[in-house]
Amino acid sequence: MTEALLFMFGLGAACGSILSIASKIFYVYEDPRIAEVEGFLAGANCGGCGYAGCSAAAVAVVAGKAPPSVCIVAGPESATNVARVMGVDAGAAESKTSSNKCQGGDRAEDIYFYMGIRSCQAVNALFGGKRECDIGCLGYGDCVRACLFDAIEIGPEGFPVIDEGKCVGCGACERVCPKNVLSVTTLRDRLLHFNQEDDCLAPCQQTCPAQIDIPKYIAQIKSGDYDGAVRTIRDRNPLLLSCGRVCPHPCEDFCRRGIEDEAVSINQLKRFVADREMHSGKRIPVPCAPDTGKKVAVIGGGPAGLTCAYYLRRLGHDVTIYEAMPELGGMIRYGIPEYRLPKKVLDWEIEGILNLGIRVHTHVKLGIDFNLPSVVAAGYDAIFLGVGAWKDYSLKIEGEDLPGCYTGIDFLSRIASGETIPIGRRAVVVGGGNTAIDCVRTLIRLGAEEVYILYRRTRKEMPANAVEIEAAEHEGVKFIFLAAPVRVVGDDQGNATHLEYLKMELGEPDASGRRRPVPVEGSETLLEADMIISAIGQQPEITFKEEGKRVQSLKTTRWNTIDVDPETLQSSIPYIFAAGDAATGPSLVVDAIGGGRRAARSIHLYLSGQAVTPPEKALFKRHIPGTLFDSVPGIQKIPRIPMPELPVEERICSFVEVDQVISEEDAKKESSRCLDCGRICYNKDAAA
Amino acid sequence: MGDYILLAISCILVNNILLAQYLGNCPFLGTSKKMETAVGMAMAVVFVLVLAGVITWLLETYVLKAFGLEYLRTIAFILVIASLVQFVEMFLKKSVPALYTGLGIFLPLITTNCAVMGVCLINVNEEYTFMQSLVTSFSYAVGFGLALILFAGVRERIILGRVPRPLQDTAIGLVTAGVLSLAFFAFKGMA
Repeated sequence: MTEALLFMFGLGAACGSILSIASKIFYVYEDPRIAEVEGFLAGANCGGCGYAGCSAAAVAVVAGKAPPSVCIVAGPESATNVARVMGVDAGAAESKTSSNKCQGGDRAEDIYFYMGIRSCQAVNALFGGKRECDIGCLGYGDCVRACLFDAIEIGPEGFPVIDEGKCVGCGACERVCPKNVLSVTTLRDRLLHFNQEDDCLAPCQQTCPAQIDIPKYIAQIKSGDYDGAVRTIRDRNPLLLSCGRVCPHPCEDFCRRGIEDEAVSINQLKRFVADREMHSGKRIPVPCAPDTGKKVAVIGGGPAGLTCAYYLRRLGHDVTIYEAMPELGGMIRYGIPEYRLPKKVLDWEIEGILNLGIRVHTHVKLGIDFNLPSVVAAGYDAIFLGVGAWKDYSLKIEGEDLPGCYTGIDFLSRIASGETIPIGRRAVVVGGGNTAIDCVRTLIRLGAEEVYILYRRTRKEMPANAVEIEAAEHEGVKFIFLAAPVRVVGDDQGNATHLEYLKMELGEPDASGRRRPVPVEGSETLLEADMIISAIGQQPEITFKEEGKRVQSLKTTRWNTIDVDPETLQSSIPYIFAAGDAATGPSLVVDAIGGGRRAARSIHLYLSGQAVTPPEKALFKRHIPGTLFDSVPGIQKIPRIPMPELPVEERICSFVEVDQVISEEDAKKESSRCLDCGRICYNKDAAA
Repeated sequence: MGDYILLAISCILVNNILLAQYLGNCPFLGTSKKMETAVGMAMAVVFVLVLAGVITWLLETYVLKAFGLEYLRTIAFILVIASLVQFVEMFLKKSVPALYTGLGIFLPLITTNCAVMGVCLINVNEEYTFMQSLVTSFSYAVGFGLALILFAGVRERIILGRVPRPLQDTAIGLVTAGVLSLAFFAFKGMA
């Protein structure tokens, strides 16, 4: 016993002393920071970072070959600690996640029979895969095998499904996928992605000016994930409550079901989930990227300005909005009447955007209370101009200054601000656009006995939304087509009493493709009217250009809009960007929203010191060739859910919202009408 | 000389440490998913096993046997092998940094490899001479490497195949190892 103890003690002592002597002799100087850095790494030796174990990663960090955020398992806290050891800024330690862009899986037809090795790389080598779709998932699961964290599996539909809880964003799946189906991206990448030629895009998504992932949110509604649907829409459009009410939904014109049947009621579904969130009383949290410390001034708080501010804030910038009117919202507050978009709804929506941490100054007008040089002097790194188009074109006819004559936007915004305007007995609105329709429907609600619309072409050429024209008709508006105003006739006191107009006929088509109206000689007619509103279009007010030398170099077009690069929305002054009506002239709310996000991308590039260039392979309002079909075989006709609306008697005497929201049951039904299209594939089960 | 060759062949093929004696299964399954790691592990095992075989033979002959302390063999070997690996790691880091980075993470992993311990104990049990234990240590290590590399090659191909869900990954690995082992048992007939 004693000798055993002695022996073990001796052996231990010998080994210990040899090792300690050896550690002295074979001492290699090692940067003490390596050990310190290694202490903050996860210690899992997973190799997800691309280095052989954590100590190798620590060596790479200290050698400056790897960023402090190298460890994909330990998360942002580790990155901050490592950055502290290294004495550098942690930078954008944004977490990355993998997402699958292909929802098609097995739906695309096979073009040949494949019996080779079950590997995506292998089948891709044969004419880019056996499927008809040249961008879609091949389904052999190279990504599943590449994933070290067991976060991917091939779902029942034949395409990879990612478990976001397990995904650490290492990028192994993205590297191994030959089709670029999986992308490992940060929040910033996702928010700034624009439709590309090689994306899997359904026709509706290609058409939407805001580029919302429509098939995705409809699928989420179908599966009952209403919060997910709201998040999907919010990644592309922060004004979903407003758009759900007023958008003329160009997407529905390209709906594949619409080729054989009625189109899916996309916008009503959007409104359904948006209203649901509002009525639940609980806002769905909106994630933002880490702060960057850059300051941006957004001038104009309309849809373009709000959208741009929203995305810049989500990208981590410090945003301040300057608004000329007493409240935010721009044209959607002051141009769209209460019965189409209630102010309470708009307030709730804007509050949600401002809650992200956006500062606002209202009642300050560019060119009067402040000017562009003062914004630059205040230390803003970039400026977004979203001043809209508020200046009504005048009719340029005799007598249009008489009392009783108004202009469209001026009239609507004064009503929206709560002003009382004496309403005439017989009112005439000149123009055929949405502003004109908004004016007549407002006049009816304010008690005008007879309301006329005077338009120089025919109903077919009216630029207003068809549903709006129809609603105005139901409410008792009378239409006078093919008529152009000549002069306003006043009485002895100078009040307007009549509008004289010339009858027109349609001649040759003009540049816009519409037939040009030609006056009929000697057809002057007098229309009795004591209130005349001209709503024949607007242009931006750019009087602010007179302030300061620097701003005079800001280029504008002959329509008084700000001259910007159509794809980057950068103006002739590099730090000034513009979108919305101020850049495009009067257009849709959803166009302004798309523009706001596009401008936010360019501003982000500008602020992070990168070249402000349009995204590569950007689609930019074009459609992908071959994705618009002539026919869709096998469609069983299912009628579209009708829009619930207030009866005419109830609505013409109040400003209560006319269009109502659809029920949950109807939303489920309508969402199951969606064919869940991809680029060329669609869900054939949903068609039958 | 012929005896040594016979001994080597018996250690590499007939009594393969992995497939006939079932020692060192953790690194066998753990590092055989990729050819690259399998080769790294095989190299490290050859290096350490030869050193460990020599040192433990010396310890057994000149210390344990001399003082009649054979019953302390296992614990003494564990201590010596662990220290040896540590020592080798320090030595390589200073003198042969290229080899150190090449062997990388596998060197410290070997501390827990039961094949190393097993070979040292076999050497002593069979009462080999110094030269014989040198040859067996080297040959067992080569056998380990051979089996590991063969197995890694097979597993790299299995990944491309259609494996039923319950059998995926380690399960099919063990089945394959069983089949490989059967193949190696054929060498028993040669002896």
